[in-house]
Amino acid sequence: MSYYFTILSPTDVPLFNIAFGTSKSGGDGIARFRFPDTAQYMNQFIIHSSLDVVEEAQWMNGNMYLKHIDTYPPASAYISAFLTPSGARFLLLHQPPQLPTNNVSSATAGSGSILGSSFSGSGGSSSRASASSVAANPTSPQTEEAVRQFMTEVYENYVKTVMSPFYRQGMEIKSSVFRGKVTAAGRKWL
Amino acid sequence: MTQPARHAAMLSISNSGSNLAAAAEKQQPAQHLHTQSQSSQGLRVPSNRKTIYDRHLNRSRNAELSRASFAFLFAEMVTYAQRRVTGIQDLEKRLNEQGYPLGLRLLDLLFYRTMSSSTSSSLSSSSTSASPPNRPLRILPLLHLIHGPLWRLLFNRPADALEHSVSPETPNEYMITDNDPLVNTYISVPKEMSMLNCAAFVAGIIEGVCDGCGFEAKVTAHNQPTEMWPGRTIFLLRFGESVMEREKVLERAGVK
Repeated sequence: MSYYFTILSPTDVPLFNIAFGTSKSGGDGIARFRFPDTAQYMNQFIIHSSLDVVEEAQWMNGNMYLKHIDTYPPASAYISAFLTPSGARFLLLHQPPQLPTNNVSSATAGSGSILGSSFSGSGGSSSRASASSVAANPTSPQTEEAVRQFMTEVYENYVKTVMSPFYRQGMEIKSSVFRGKVTAAGRKWL
Repeated sequence: MTQPARHAAMLSISNSGSNLAAAAEKQQPAQHLHTQSQSSQGLRVPSNRKTIYDRHLNRSRNAELSRASFAFLFAEMVTYAQRRVTGIQDLEKRLNEQGYPLGLRLLDLLFYRTMSSSTSSSLSSSSTSASPPNRPLRILPLLHLIHGPLWRLLFNRPADALEHSVSPETPNEYMITDNDPLVNTYISVPKEMSMLNCAAFVAGIIEGVCDGCGFEAKVTAHNQPTEMWPGRTIFLLRFGESVMEREKVLERAGVK
Protein backbone atom coordinates (compact mmCIF):
# COMPACT_ATOMS: atom_id res chain seq x y z
CA MET A 1 0.00 0.00 0.00
CA SER A 2 1.32 3.41 -0.93
CA TYR A 3 0.06 6.65 0.52
CA TYR A 4 0.08 10.27 -0.48
CA PHE A 5 -1.07 12.69 2.19
CA THR A 6 -1.71 16.37 1.75
CA ILE A 7 -3.10 19.29 3.77
CA LEU A 8 -4.92 22.06 1.96
CA SER A 9 -5.89 25.41 3.40
CA PRO A 10 -9.51 26.63 3.19
CA THR A 11 -8.47 28.61 0.13
CA ASP A 12 -6.97 25.52 -1.55
CA VAL A 13 -3.34 26.36 -0.90
CA PRO A 14 -1.28 23.19 -0.35
CA LEU A 15 0.26 23.47 3.11
CA PHE A 16 1.96 20.14 3.47
CA ASN A 17 2.39 16.91 1.56
CA ILE A 18 4.17 13.67 2.06
CA ALA A 19 4.37 10.30 0.31
CA PHE A 20 5.01 7.14 2.22
CA GLY A 21 4.39 3.42 2.06
CA THR A 22 2.92 0.99 4.51
CA SER A 23 4.99 -0.31 7.37
CA LYS A 24 2.51 -3.04 8.20
CA SER A 25 2.76 -6.60 6.96
CA GLY A 26 6.47 -6.36 6.51
CA GLY A 27 6.33 -3.18 4.42
CA ASP A 28 9.41 -1.03 4.40
CA GLY A 29 7.62 2.33 4.51
CA ILE A 30 8.62 3.35 1.01
CA ALA A 31 5.94 4.52 -1.39
CA ARG A 32 5.64 2.56 -4.62
CA PHE A 33 3.00 4.18 -6.74
CA ARG A 34 1.75 2.77 -9.99
CA PHE A 35 3.00 5.72 -11.92
CA PRO A 36 6.57 5.92 -13.05
CA ASP A 37 8.74 8.21 -11.01
CA THR A 38 8.48 10.85 -13.67
CA ALA A 39 4.71 11.03 -13.30
CA GLN A 40 4.32 11.52 -9.57
CA TYR A 41 2.27 14.63 -10.25
CA MET A 42 -0.56 12.23 -11.03
CA ASN A 43 -1.04 11.77 -7.30
CA GLN A 44 -1.53 15.48 -6.81
CA PHE A 45 -3.79 15.59 -9.80
CA ILE A 46 -6.02 12.80 -8.51
CA ILE A 47 -6.07 14.03 -4.94
CA HIS A 48 -6.94 17.59 -5.86
CA SER A 49 -9.64 16.50 -8.23
CA SER A 50 -11.44 14.99 -5.26
CA LEU A 51 -11.87 18.45 -3.76
CA ASP A 52 -15.17 18.83 -5.59
CA VAL A 53 -16.51 15.80 -3.78
CA VAL A 54 -15.18 17.09 -0.48
CA GLU A 55 -16.88 20.42 -0.90
CA GLU A 56 -20.15 18.70 -1.68
CA ALA A 57 -19.90 16.38 1.29
CA GLN A 58 -18.72 19.15 3.58
CA TRP A 59 -22.18 20.66 4.09
CA MET A 60 -24.12 17.44 4.16
CA ASN A 61 -22.15 15.74 6.88
CA GLY A 62 -20.97 17.39 10.04
CA ASN A 63 -18.35 14.82 10.91
CA MET A 64 -14.73 15.79 10.82
CA TYR A 65 -13.68 12.52 9.26
CA LEU A 66 -15.56 12.13 5.99
CA LYS A 67 -14.26 8.59 5.36
CA HIS A 68 -13.49 7.30 1.91
CA ILE A 69 -14.99 9.85 -0.45
CA ASP A 70 -13.57 9.32 -3.88
CA THR A 71 -12.06 6.62 -6.06
CA TYR A 72 -10.07 6.92 -9.22
CA PRO A 73 -10.39 3.43 -10.75
CA PRO A 74 -7.74 3.66 -13.52
CA ALA A 75 -5.05 3.97 -10.87
CA SER A 76 -7.11 2.23 -8.18
CA ALA A 77 -6.51 5.25 -6.01
CA TYR A 78 -8.76 5.70 -2.99
CA ILE A 79 -9.12 9.04 -1.29
CA SER A 80 -10.14 9.67 2.30
CA ALA A 81 -10.81 13.12 3.69
CA PHE A 82 -10.76 14.80 7.05
CA LEU A 83 -11.97 18.34 7.66
CA THR A 84 -10.81 20.52 10.49
CA PRO A 85 -13.44 22.86 11.91
CA SER A 86 -11.48 25.85 10.64
CA GLY A 87 -11.73 24.59 7.09
CA ALA A 88 -8.37 22.95 6.39
CA ARG A 89 -8.64 19.74 4.41
CA PHE A 90 -6.57 16.62 5.08
CA LEU A 91 -6.61 14.31 2.09
CA LEU A 92 -5.08 10.86 1.98
CA LEU A 93 -4.67 8.95 -1.24
CA HIS A 94 -4.11 5.26 -0.80
CA GLN A 95 -3.21 2.83 -3.49
CA PRO A 96 -2.94 -0.91 -3.00
CA PRO A 97 0.19 -2.45 -4.48
CA GLN A 98 0.08 -3.85 -7.96
CA LEU A 99 0.52 -7.59 -7.99
CA PRO A 100 0.13 -10.29 -10.61
CA THR A 101 -3.52 -11.11 -11.19
CA ASN A 102 -3.25 -14.72 -10.09
CA ASN A 103 -2.56 -13.41 -6.65
CA VAL A 104 -6.05 -12.05 -6.01
CA SER A 105 -7.15 -13.17 -2.61
CA SER A 106 -10.72 -13.49 -1.49
CA ALA A 107 -11.88 -10.10 -0.35
CA THR A 108 -12.64 -10.13 3.33
CA ALA A 109 -15.34 -7.50 3.54
CA GLY A 110 -16.84 -8.35 0.18
CA SER A 111 -16.25 -5.12 -1.62
CA GLY A 112 -17.05 -6.97 -4.82
CA SER A 113 -14.65 -4.84 -6.78
CA ILE A 114 -11.78 -6.34 -8.66
CA LEU A 115 -9.77 -3.39 -7.52
CA GLY A 116 -10.66 -4.00 -3.94
CA SER A 117 -8.06 -6.44 -2.96
CA SER A 118 -4.96 -7.79 -4.52
CA PHE A 119 -2.69 -8.36 -1.65
CA SER A 120 -1.49 -11.72 -0.55
CA GLY A 121 -1.58 -11.97 3.19
CA SER A 122 2.07 -11.99 4.04
CA GLY A 123 1.60 -10.15 7.30
CA GLY A 124 2.34 -12.86 9.78
CA SER A 125 4.72 -10.65 11.64
CA SER A 126 2.34 -7.79 12.37
CA SER A 127 0.91 -7.68 15.81
CA ARG A 128 -2.29 -5.71 15.26
CA ALA A 129 -5.36 -7.50 14.07
CA SER A 130 -6.41 -4.55 11.97
CA ALA A 131 -3.00 -4.12 10.45
CA SER A 132 -3.13 -6.85 7.89
CA SER A 133 -6.55 -5.82 6.64
CA VAL A 134 -5.48 -2.23 6.21
CA ALA A 135 -3.26 -3.29 3.40
CA ALA A 136 -5.66 -5.88 2.08
CA ASN A 137 -8.76 -3.85 1.40
CA PRO A 138 -8.90 -0.08 1.02
CA THR A 139 -12.63 0.20 1.73
CA SER A 140 -12.96 -2.17 4.67
CA PRO A 141 -14.08 -0.84 8.07
CA GLN A 142 -10.66 -1.67 9.47
CA THR A 143 -9.02 0.56 6.92
CA GLU A 144 -11.48 3.34 7.64
CA GLU A 145 -10.70 3.05 11.31
CA ALA A 146 -6.95 3.04 10.74
CA VAL A 147 -7.19 6.09 8.51
CA ARG A 148 -9.37 7.82 11.08
CA GLN A 149 -6.77 7.18 13.78
CA PHE A 150 -4.07 8.47 11.48
CA MET A 151 -6.06 11.61 10.67
CA THR A 152 -6.81 12.24 14.33
CA GLU A 153 -3.17 12.02 15.22
CA VAL A 154 -2.20 14.38 12.41
CA TYR A 155 -4.95 16.73 13.54
CA GLU A 156 -3.45 16.90 17.00
CA ASN A 157 -0.12 17.94 15.54
CA TYR A 158 -1.82 20.34 13.18
CA VAL A 159 -3.53 22.08 16.09
CA LYS A 160 -0.16 22.43 17.77
CA THR A 161 1.21 24.02 14.63
CA VAL A 162 -1.73 26.39 14.39
CA MET A 163 -1.40 27.42 18.02
CA SER A 164 2.13 28.62 17.43
CA PRO A 165 2.15 32.41 17.52
CA PHE A 166 4.43 32.45 14.49
CA TYR A 167 1.99 30.57 12.35
CA ARG A 168 -0.75 32.26 10.37
CA GLN A 169 -3.55 30.45 8.64
CA GLY A 170 -2.58 29.57 5.10
CA MET A 171 1.16 29.34 5.73
CA GLU A 172 3.04 26.32 4.50
CA ILE A 173 4.00 23.93 7.29
CA LYS A 174 7.74 23.50 7.00
CA SER A 175 8.56 22.11 10.41
CA SER A 176 10.63 18.96 10.20
CA VAL A 177 9.27 17.93 13.58
CA PHE A 178 5.78 18.03 12.13
CA ARG A 179 6.90 15.93 9.18
CA GLY A 180 8.46 13.47 11.57
CA LYS A 181 5.27 13.25 13.58
CA VAL A 182 3.19 12.59 10.46
CA THR A 183 5.62 9.91 9.36
CA ALA A 184 5.41 8.32 12.77
CA ALA A 185 1.61 8.40 12.65
CA GLY A 186 1.73 6.74 9.24
CA ARG A 187 4.02 4.04 10.55
CA LYS A 188 1.79 3.49 13.53
CA TRP A 189 -1.60 3.24 11.85
CA LEU A 190 -1.20 2.62 8.14
CA MET B 1 -15.11 34.51 2.07
CA THR B 2 -13.01 37.51 2.71
CA GLN B 3 -10.13 35.68 4.27
CA PRO B 4 -7.18 36.34 1.99
CA ALA B 5 -7.68 40.09 2.00
CA ARG B 6 -8.08 40.17 5.72
CA HIS B 7 -4.95 38.20 6.30
CA ALA B 8 -2.97 40.47 4.09
CA ALA B 9 -4.20 43.50 5.90
CA MET B 10 -3.46 41.90 9.19
CA LEU B 11 0.17 41.07 8.79
CA SER B 12 1.42 44.03 10.68
CA ILE B 13 -0.62 43.54 13.77
CA SER B 14 -1.28 39.85 13.92
CA ASN B 15 1.77 39.33 16.06
CA SER B 16 0.35 41.19 18.98
CA GLY B 17 -2.90 39.31 18.70
CA SER B 18 -1.32 35.94 18.53
CA ASN B 19 1.10 36.68 21.29
CA LEU B 20 -1.90 36.93 23.47
CA ALA B 21 -2.87 33.48 22.29
CA ALA B 22 0.47 32.26 23.47
CA ALA B 23 0.13 33.97 26.78
CA ALA B 24 -3.39 32.74 27.23
CA GLU B 25 -2.27 29.21 26.62
CA LYS B 26 0.69 29.56 28.90
CA GLN B 27 3.20 28.44 26.36
CA GLN B 28 6.76 29.18 27.14
CA PRO B 29 8.90 31.20 24.78
CA ALA B 30 11.01 28.09 24.31
CA GLN B 31 8.93 27.06 21.33
CA HIS B 32 9.89 30.19 19.46
CA LEU B 33 13.41 28.96 19.05
CA HIS B 34 12.20 26.04 17.10
CA THR B 35 9.99 27.92 14.68
CA GLN B 36 12.53 30.56 13.96
CA SER B 37 15.37 28.23 13.27
CA GLN B 38 13.64 25.75 11.03
CA SER B 39 14.89 27.34 7.85
CA SER B 40 18.48 27.00 8.90
CA GLN B 41 20.16 23.64 8.33
CA GLY B 42 20.40 22.29 11.84
CA LEU B 43 17.19 22.17 13.82
CA ARG B 44 17.61 23.97 17.09
CA VAL B 45 15.43 22.68 19.86
CA PRO B 46 14.98 24.18 23.31
CA SER B 47 17.36 23.04 26.01
CA ASN B 48 14.78 20.73 27.56
CA ARG B 49 14.39 19.03 24.15
CA LYS B 50 10.68 19.79 24.11
CA THR B 51 9.24 21.37 21.00
CA ILE B 52 5.63 22.52 20.79
CA TYR B 53 4.83 19.13 19.33
CA ASP B 54 5.89 17.43 22.53
CA ARG B 55 3.60 19.49 24.69
CA HIS B 56 0.05 18.44 25.22
CA LEU B 57 -2.80 20.74 24.33
CA ASN B 58 -5.15 20.09 27.16
CA ARG B 59 -5.55 22.64 29.84
CA SER B 60 -3.89 21.50 33.01
CA ARG B 61 -5.34 22.47 36.31
CA ASN B 62 -2.80 25.08 37.33
CA ALA B 63 -2.28 26.57 33.90
CA GLU B 64 -4.76 29.39 34.30
CA LEU B 65 -3.54 32.85 33.60
CA SER B 66 -3.88 35.42 36.33
CA ARG B 67 -6.49 38.04 35.69
CA ALA B 68 -4.08 40.82 36.57
CA SER B 69 -1.60 39.89 33.87
CA PHE B 70 -4.38 39.50 31.36
CA ALA B 71 -5.75 42.93 32.26
CA PHE B 72 -2.30 44.42 31.90
CA LEU B 73 -1.68 42.76 28.55
CA PHE B 74 -5.06 43.73 27.22
CA ALA B 75 -4.64 47.35 28.34
CA GLU B 76 -1.35 47.39 26.43
CA MET B 77 -3.08 45.99 23.38
CA VAL B 78 -5.71 48.71 23.50
CA THR B 79 -3.02 51.35 23.87
CA TYR B 80 -1.13 49.86 20.97
CA ALA B 81 -4.20 49.83 18.80
CA GLN B 82 -4.99 53.38 19.77
CA ARG B 83 -1.66 54.74 18.66
CA ARG B 84 -2.31 55.42 15.01
CA VAL B 85 -6.07 55.52 14.69
CA THR B 86 -8.31 58.22 13.33
CA GLY B 87 -11.41 57.53 15.36
CA ILE B 88 -13.36 55.17 17.53
CA GLN B 89 -14.50 53.05 14.62
CA ASP B 90 -10.95 52.67 13.44
CA LEU B 91 -9.84 51.68 16.92
CA GLU B 92 -12.59 49.10 17.20
CA LYS B 93 -11.64 47.74 13.81
CA ARG B 94 -8.07 47.27 14.95
CA LEU B 95 -9.13 45.49 18.11
CA ASN B 96 -11.36 43.32 15.98
CA GLU B 97 -8.44 42.43 13.74
CA GLN B 98 -6.35 41.49 16.74
CA GLY B 99 -8.99 39.06 17.86
CA TYR B 100 -9.68 37.55 14.46
CA PRO B 101 -6.65 35.21 14.16
CA LEU B 102 -7.27 34.13 17.71
CA GLY B 103 -10.74 32.97 16.77
CA LEU B 104 -9.39 30.82 13.96
CA ARG B 105 -6.99 29.10 16.35
CA LEU B 106 -9.41 28.70 19.21
CA LEU B 107 -11.80 26.91 16.90
CA ASP B 108 -9.32 24.14 16.19
CA LEU B 109 -8.22 24.00 19.79
CA LEU B 110 -11.79 23.82 21.04
CA PHE B 111 -12.59 20.87 18.80
CA TYR B 112 -9.39 19.14 19.69
CA ARG B 113 -10.10 19.43 23.39
CA THR B 114 -13.67 18.26 23.09
CA MET B 115 -12.51 15.39 20.96
CA SER B 116 -9.74 14.25 23.27
CA SER B 117 -11.89 14.54 26.37
CA SER B 118 -14.59 12.41 24.76
CA THR B 119 -12.13 9.70 23.82
CA SER B 120 -10.32 9.66 27.11
CA SER B 121 -13.56 9.26 29.01
CA SER B 122 -14.37 6.07 27.17
CA LEU B 123 -10.77 4.90 27.63
CA SER B 124 -10.79 2.61 24.64
CA SER B 125 -8.49 3.01 21.72
CA SER B 126 -10.96 1.50 19.29
CA SER B 127 -13.36 4.30 20.30
CA THR B 128 -16.21 3.54 17.97
CA SER B 129 -18.50 4.74 20.72
CA ALA B 130 -16.82 8.07 21.33
CA SER B 131 -18.17 10.40 18.69
CA PRO B 132 -16.15 13.50 18.01
CA PRO B 133 -18.11 16.75 17.93
CA ASN B 134 -19.69 17.72 14.67
CA ARG B 135 -18.68 20.73 12.67
CA PRO B 136 -21.50 23.28 12.70
CA LEU B 137 -23.30 23.30 9.37
CA ARG B 138 -26.17 25.62 10.20
CA ILE B 139 -26.24 28.98 11.92
CA LEU B 140 -27.91 27.81 15.08
CA PRO B 141 -25.38 25.10 16.03
CA LEU B 142 -22.64 27.62 15.33
CA LEU B 143 -24.23 30.16 17.66
CA HIS B 144 -24.63 27.54 20.35
CA LEU B 145 -20.97 26.65 19.91
CA ILE B 146 -20.01 30.28 20.48
CA HIS B 147 -22.49 30.87 23.27
CA GLY B 148 -21.51 27.74 25.19
CA PRO B 149 -18.18 25.99 24.61
CA LEU B 150 -16.26 28.97 23.22
CA TRP B 151 -17.37 31.26 26.04
CA ARG B 152 -16.49 28.60 28.58
CA LEU B 153 -13.07 28.16 27.02
CA LEU B 154 -12.41 31.89 27.16
CA PHE B 155 -14.22 33.05 30.28
CA ASN B 156 -15.15 29.91 32.17
CA ARG B 157 -18.88 30.53 31.86
CA PRO B 158 -21.44 30.55 29.06
CA ALA B 159 -22.62 33.83 27.56
CA ASP B 160 -25.76 35.33 29.05
CA ALA B 161 -28.16 35.44 26.14
CA LEU B 162 -28.56 34.48 22.53
CA GLU B 163 -31.20 36.23 20.44
CA HIS B 164 -32.37 36.46 16.88
CA SER B 165 -33.31 39.79 15.37
CA VAL B 166 -37.07 40.31 15.49
CA SER B 167 -37.09 42.66 12.54
CA PRO B 168 -38.16 40.89 9.34
CA GLU B 169 -35.81 43.08 7.34
CA THR B 170 -32.72 41.72 9.03
CA PRO B 171 -33.12 37.96 9.38
CA ASN B 172 -29.34 37.63 9.18
CA GLU B 173 -28.72 39.37 12.51
CA TYR B 174 -28.12 37.53 15.74
CA MET B 175 -27.15 38.85 19.12
CA ILE B 176 -25.05 37.34 21.88
CA THR B 177 -25.16 39.15 25.19
CA ASP B 178 -22.55 39.25 27.89
CA ASN B 179 -23.66 41.03 31.05
CA ASP B 180 -20.19 41.72 32.32
CA PRO B 181 -17.43 41.08 29.76
CA LEU B 182 -14.11 40.17 31.30
CA VAL B 183 -12.19 42.27 28.82
CA ASN B 184 -13.97 45.44 29.92
CA THR B 185 -13.65 44.87 33.65
CA TYR B 186 -10.54 47.01 34.01
CA ILE B 187 -11.12 49.40 31.17
CA SER B 188 -12.57 52.79 31.94
CA VAL B 189 -13.65 54.56 28.82
CA PRO B 190 -13.33 58.37 28.83
CA LYS B 191 -16.57 60.34 28.47
CA GLU B 192 -15.80 61.72 25.03
CA MET B 193 -15.33 58.18 23.74
CA SER B 194 -18.49 56.76 25.24
CA MET B 195 -19.26 54.87 22.04
CA LEU B 196 -16.13 52.79 22.38
CA ASN B 197 -16.41 49.22 23.52
CA CYS B 198 -13.14 47.33 23.84
CA ALA B 199 -15.01 44.06 23.62
CA ALA B 200 -14.54 44.64 19.90
CA PHE B 201 -11.59 42.35 20.52
CA VAL B 202 -13.95 39.57 21.55
CA ALA B 203 -16.12 40.43 18.55
CA GLY B 204 -13.04 39.78 16.44
CA ILE B 205 -12.61 36.38 18.06
CA ILE B 206 -16.24 35.55 17.28
CA GLU B 207 -15.75 36.71 13.73
CA GLY B 208 -12.72 34.46 13.39
CA VAL B 209 -14.71 31.48 14.64
CA CYS B 210 -17.59 32.20 12.23
CA ASP B 211 -15.27 32.70 9.27
CA GLY B 212 -13.29 29.59 10.14
CA CYS B 213 -16.44 27.49 10.09
CA GLY B 214 -17.32 28.94 6.71
CA PHE B 215 -19.89 31.44 7.90
CA GLU B 216 -18.92 34.80 6.55
CA ALA B 217 -19.97 37.33 9.17
CA LYS B 218 -19.39 40.81 10.51
CA VAL B 219 -19.39 41.00 14.27
CA THR B 220 -19.53 44.21 16.29
CA ALA B 221 -19.72 44.97 20.01
CA HIS B 222 -22.21 47.49 21.38
CA ASN B 223 -22.83 48.96 24.82
CA GLN B 224 -26.29 48.21 26.16
CA PRO B 225 -26.13 49.13 29.83
CA THR B 226 -28.97 48.24 32.15
CA GLU B 227 -29.39 49.30 35.74
CA MET B 228 -28.17 46.02 37.03
CA TRP B 229 -25.41 45.52 34.48
CA PRO B 230 -23.71 48.78 33.56
CA GLY B 231 -21.18 46.96 31.40
CA ARG B 232 -23.63 44.85 29.43
CA THR B 233 -22.36 44.27 25.92
CA ILE B 234 -24.18 42.95 22.91
CA PHE B 235 -22.29 41.24 20.15
CA LEU B 236 -24.14 41.73 16.92
CA LEU B 237 -23.48 39.06 14.30
CA ARG B 238 -24.44 39.91 10.74
CA PHE B 239 -24.13 36.93 8.45
CA GLY B 240 -23.36 37.46 4.80
CA GLU B 241 -25.70 36.94 1.88
CA SER B 242 -24.00 33.68 0.85
CA VAL B 243 -24.49 32.19 4.30
CA MET B 244 -28.20 32.97 4.28
CA GLU B 245 -28.57 31.43 0.85
CA ARG B 246 -26.79 28.27 1.89
CA GLU B 247 -28.90 28.19 5.04
CA LYS B 248 -32.03 27.99 2.88
CA VAL B 249 -30.58 25.24 0.71
CA LEU B 250 -29.50 23.22 3.73
CA GLU B 251 -32.87 23.67 5.36
CA ARG B 252 -34.57 22.25 2.30
CA ALA B 253 -32.10 19.37 2.27
CA GLY B 254 -32.96 18.67 5.88
CA VAL B 255 -29.45 19.16 7.23
CA LYS B 256 -29.40 19.96 10.90
